[in-house]
Amino acid sequence: MAQAPALPGGFELPLEPRLPRIGSVDAVALEERAASLAKRSIKKDAKVWALQLAIRCTDLTTLEGADTPGKVAALCSKAIRPDPSDAHVPSVAAVCVYPNLVPVAVDRLRGTGIHVASVATGFPSGQYPTDIKIADARRAVEAGADEIDMVIDRGAFLSGRYAKVYDEIVKVKEAVGDAHLKVILETGELGTYDNVRRASLLAMAAGADFIKTSTGKVNPAATLPVALCMLEAIRDVHEETGRLVGFKPAGGVRAAKQAIQHLVLVNETVGPDWLTPELYRIGASSLLNDILMQLRKEKTGAYQSPDYFTLD
Amino acid sequence: MTRLPVKKTYKLFVGGEFPRSESGRTYEAEGQNVARASRKDVRDAVKAARAAQPKWAGATAYNRGQVLYRLAEMVEARAGEFAELSTGREEVERAIDRGSSNPVAGPYFNFTVPEPTGVVAVLAPEEPPLLGLVSRLIPPVVGGNSVVAVASETRPLAAIELAEAVATSDVPGGVINILTGYRRELGPVLASHMDVNALDLAGADGDSPELERLAAENVKRVVHGRADVQSPWEIASFLELKTVWHPIGQ
Amino acid sequence: MTELDKKQIGVPVPADWAYARLQERYGHFVGGDWLEPAETYTTISPATEEPLAEVGQATPEEVDRAVAAARAAFENGWSGLAASERAKYLFRIARILQERAREFAVLESLNGGKPIKESRDVDLPLAAAHFFYYAGWADKLEYAFPNRRPHPIGVAGQIIPWNFPLLMLAWKIAPALAAGNTVVLKPAETTPLTALLFADVLRQAELPAGVVNLLTGDGRTGAALVEHPGVDKIAFTGSTEVGKAIQRQLAGSGKRLTLELGGKAANIVFDDAALDQAVEGIVNGIYFNQGHVCCAGSRLFVQESIYEPLVEKLRRRLETLRVGDPLDKNTDVGAINSAQQLAKIRELVASGEEEGAQIYQPPCRLPEKGYWFVPTVFTEVAQSYRIAQEEIFGPVLSVLTFRTPEEALEKANNTPYGLSAGVWTEKGSRILWMAQRLRAGVVWANTFNRFDPTSPFGGYKESGFGREGGLHGLEPYLRFDE
Repeated sequence: MAQAPALPGGFELPLEPRLPRIGSVDAVALEERAASLAKRSIKKDAKVWALQLAIRCTDLTTLEGADTPGKVAALCSKAIRPDPSDAHVPSVAAVCVYPNLVPVAVDRLRGTGIHVASVATGFPSGQYPTDIKIADARRAVEAGADEIDMVIDRGAFLSGRYAKVYDEIVKVKEAVGDAHLKVILETGELGTYDNVRRASLLAMAAGADFIKTSTGKVNPAATLPVALCMLEAIRDVHEETGRLVGFKPAGGVRAAKQAIQHLVLVNETVGPDWLTPELYRIGASSLLNDILMQLRKEKTGAYQSPDYFTLD
Repeated sequence: MTRLPVKKTYKLFVGGEFPRSESGRTYEAEGQNVARASRKDVRDAVKAARAAQPKWAGATAYNRGQVLYRLAEMVEARAGEFAELSTGREEVERAIDRGSSNPVAGPYFNFTVPEPTGVVAVLAPEEPPLLGLVSRLIPPVVGGNSVVAVASETRPLAAIELAEAVATSDVPGGVINILTGYRRELGPVLASHMDVNALDLAGADGDSPELERLAAENVKRVVHGRADVQSPWEIASFLELKTVWHPIGQ
Repeated sequence: MTELDKKQIGVPVPADWAYARLQERYGHFVGGDWLEPAETYTTISPATEEPLAEVGQATPEEVDRAVAAARAAFENGWSGLAASERAKYLFRIARILQERAREFAVLESLNGGKPIKESRDVDLPLAAAHFFYYAGWADKLEYAFPNRRPHPIGVAGQIIPWNFPLLMLAWKIAPALAAGNTVVLKPAETTPLTALLFADVLRQAELPAGVVNLLTGDGRTGAALVEHPGVDKIAFTGSTEVGKAIQRQLAGSGKRLTLELGGKAANIVFDDAALDQAVEGIVNGIYFNQGHVCCAGSRLFVQESIYEPLVEKLRRRLETLRVGDPLDKNTDVGAINSAQQLAKIRELVASGEEEGAQIYQPPCRLPEKGYWFVPTVFTEVAQSYRIAQEEIFGPVLSVLTFRTPEEALEKANNTPYGLSAGVWTEKGSRILWMAQRLRAGVVWANTFNRFDPTSPFGGYKESGFGREGGLHGLEPYLRFDE
């Protein structure tokens, strides 16, 4: 098993030709850049295109203790036809649930092309023994999930045991086989953008297919500066290695306007190649209805009421 | 039998040494033959001043204050009139007060500090010969500048005496340079010298407009100093203000 | 061109032109009234070359009338007015500028060519902030300058440039009025309109007649103002060449003078810098306002060990810059201010290519009419090339390399200018070491092109003397009994 050296030392990891320098991040300048990108004005055709893309990239999510087969079934229906009155509205990318509910989602989504994602590895805290976390992920795949959203061990990361974080990602990646692995950094617990960048590089080095901001259980979650910081790390890995790693902001993205801001960030940081569900997802639940309202407003010209959009 | 005094040779003070004018010229003033500096002496003096300036500016204000107080002691031993020098340390600290931290509207730490302008040329007033020179010489030196001063043309001897005191003090060679000679000849050379940063025209009299015009060629700071003004604010004329920004973030 | 951008083509996002209520013809604002000008010229939009209005070319007689009006206002009330009352006028001006910010921003972009994003987010908020800031000091001068007994000087003649027309007006007028002076101000020849609109702000603020007088015109008007015996103080922002001419012109006059002139700032990036933010700082440093910025970071010094990745990141970032219609809210780089400035930029860029520097310009479609220049990076630049020595005042960056801090410092200071500098490193002690030794009036560490009314701004050496902003910015407008 590959062993990661402690950061921020050499960081000579098994990626060819080499990883980008870890470097550091200036918080003020990062936040200013994110704020300036958020001011981009996107109108009309471009806005409709962006909103439809946002739907196609959505991981429609329910992660509650109170989740039941009924709740998940309803969510799956929404995922397939978000707006039954408008044929132009596409399906979402995936439905994201706890492992116990994976079979329900698999059953409901069979043949639709919509992926089933499951959180795993002791979500949301990650504070469980490694073998349990691996088993958790493996079981979710066996139940039919083709995407796994794992959490990193923030306790290990913050105490400087980077190798443990790295090893766990490598082992989970092995355990889930062909399933797509999204690695959740839980940036709200990492404290600094320097740590967000380190964790992003670490996760990508360990084999993550996607890096994801948050569990949705901690605030702040997918803020624009955090997204920018992670996208810059993704871009650097691509520049150095040619590898395309996906990005998933999750948590806190509730309004269509925010979703567009996130897309602008992607477009201007990593480029349009990333504007596809293969490389970009938005983890959300309430966002979808706001996008639907905006789309109908663009179509009809009239501002909308939530009464006309189903709560699922 | 009366003893025949040893006659003193009055020379220039450049780079901590006492050279004759490279031109070999002298002129008679106060009954003595005094070196009559040339263009090339100005050149050499500015060069010495430039070379000495960074280290002098880099000395702590505390150190500069002590060095100048020591100069005052040297002068005190020589003549009562020299006592005007004794405010060194306080003036340094007052000058430092011109700095500030500025409450900008944003996540930045922002502060302003005074720094010496560089090489200052001083045309000392004709009268009073010593006090006038000292009043115009010390403020820029306190602020960390080096100085090339042209002494009173008609009464240059006190300036040479002062130079001798400076030479025996701890003021580094080149920080204070004193030329004697004709103001009309030396003024334009200093005013047009591209490596001089500021010009005190205290003793320029009617030549001011022409010297000011020449000074514009490298945007010199031009000061019309007065012989009788003794104020710490005089230092400010020979200071630049530098403002530094840095973000405040985690 | 990306998918998201493509979808926007044909759907520009213009700010509303209707906000800019243009008159066909403007006079001079003298003694609280409009003075019908003896001569006029046409001011245009540099983005389209369309004429916008006829404005006055002030003659020496008109300058004389303006100075007389300012003198009368100074003697007959303004200098004797309770300081707290002066403060209230300044607060009114600040507030009205905020209320009418949109109108001013549109007009600024229309007449000057700068992106509306910048006039909206930088010029206008800062202009209002300057008036607020100095309004606060107006009745606290005794406190600001203890034991120095401050007094106003009299009539200030102020000449400002075309790169930040309204902001420079605010930098000049706010401290002058706060200190109790009256003003005759001349905006730049190519950008008179926001200054003329400012006269309407003064009307709304009910500022006493003659306290602020505004004359439009070219360098001849400026020279007449500098020369006028009734002016006690000249404040000039502009080129070093003109600054020197003014200093010469004033020789022997006894008038007070402050100069804020050109620059050729070094922006120094060390190998441990936060690179992505440094790239943003570099881009902001040189492409902000089309590089029409005296403190622009026009010389980039990169430590050799990170030269390649940095230049690659920079190149990539340049591809995302949007050049075009200043009134489009998404525009990053607008129009060059004038045909004359464009010619100067072209000439210097041609010299860079001839001397052997490597030019890079991102693919970019420019409008057919108007004055435009693609954001440009020169690599393999030697210190001796003209593009590394002369102020270009356009969107053109020269990249040089260094090996050690000492070398970076030497090269950075190796210029007759000394306005600003940038340092990028994560090492605190090195920032302070560099900041202490850089011969420049403003040092931005891990940031660039930040401005604030509380922060003094101004140059060393041939970049001028005197400071604007902060308490230090009041001193040039005061005399002290000490």
